[in-house]
Amino acid sequence: MKRLLATALAASLAFAAWAAARNVDPAKSTLVATFKQMNVPVDAPFRQFKGSIDYDAAHVADAKASIEVQTGSFDIGEADYNNEVRKPAWFDSARFPTASFVSTAIKPDGSGFEATGTLTIKGKAQTIKVPVKATSVAGGTAFDGTLKVSRAYFGIGDAEWNDVVDDDVTVRFHIVQTP
Amino acid sequence: MSLSPDRYTRTAIALHWLIAGLIVCAFALGMVMTDLAMSPQKLKFFAWHKWLGITVLGLSAIRAAWRLLHAAPTPVAMPAWQRQASTFTHLFLYALLFLVPLSGWTYSSASGYPVVYLGLVQLPDLVAKDKVLAESLMELHETLAWLLCALFVVHVAAALKHHLIDRDDTLRRMLPWRSSRGSTENAV
Repeated sequence: MKRLLATALAASLAFAAWAAARNVDPAKSTLVATFKQMNVPVDAPFRQFKGSIDYDAAHVADAKASIEVQTGSFDIGEADYNNEVRKPAWFDSARFPTASFVSTAIKPDGSGFEATGTLTIKGKAQTIKVPVKATSVAGGTAFDGTLKVSRAYFGIGDAEWNDVVDDDVTVRFHIVQTP
Repeated sequence: MSLSPDRYTRTAIALHWLIAGLIVCAFALGMVMTDLAMSPQKLKFFAWHKWLGITVLGLSAIRAAWRLLHAAPTPVAMPAWQRQASTFTHLFLYALLFLVPLSGWTYSSASGYPVVYLGLVQLPDLVAKDKVLAESLMELHETLAWLLCALFVVHVAAALKHHLIDRDDTLRRMLPWRSSRGSTENAV
């Protein structure tokens, strides 16, 4: 009887996990870019982003993810800096209000997977591969990973600023699905 | 206990003028950079200002240690109130040599910008990132810097008064070149 119950429970849990795409929980997820100015590492979060993730631990290769980030929500911590990075030389948030990542292929790998997909910033697309770690959390799964972005590739920042700000930007994400 | 010398040691003199010069640069840079509009130049000035401040902090630590190990020259004759004022001013100046850079460093940490000395060595954050705390620390740093500026003026005015009006050796004991009025008279 006990075993039967356990099997039923496991089956229902598996079914729940197998369910279709779930939204990204903005309250629990974080997306932080770290850039270096004069060799000083500065962490700055994107405050607004949304997305959906279709993930089943039993069928990782079928997973799908799409994330859309409001470039105007990049928060360096001071109004002056924030106004600067929304200008045309940087994110050009007026013309390109969003940046996005859409997965095209998922390859299981250890405790996570490698996500291949298209990263689009400022209207320019780049195919990237990101190692992602998947962890079970209450009510769903959390996805953690880091990717390197070249500002020059996407035309973020101009020559004058490149003198003091490194080209490489590290983006760290912690994405949690809504329960 | 060694006898009090007639002038400061060469090391003390070098540190005194070096730190003074660095403070003048850091203060001037601080005044200019805070008024600049957002620009790469502004970020550079902020970085240089921090490097100057950390250098002052380090040199001041060496200087304070040196001062504890090496007696200062015997003060020239002056009224007791002037002696007390001098002692007070010097102690206050010494305290600010540490407090001004430390408050700036703490302000930088609270703002979420670690100090990377000379762009090479990242110093530990003294406090966690905290916007409200950062604003208070900014005001504290500014107030302490102005206090240092005021004491600097008093210090320079007193040295010039001793040199030009009292015509005593107070300033000469700290000059890099040797030209004590007393020793000149001895030579003659």
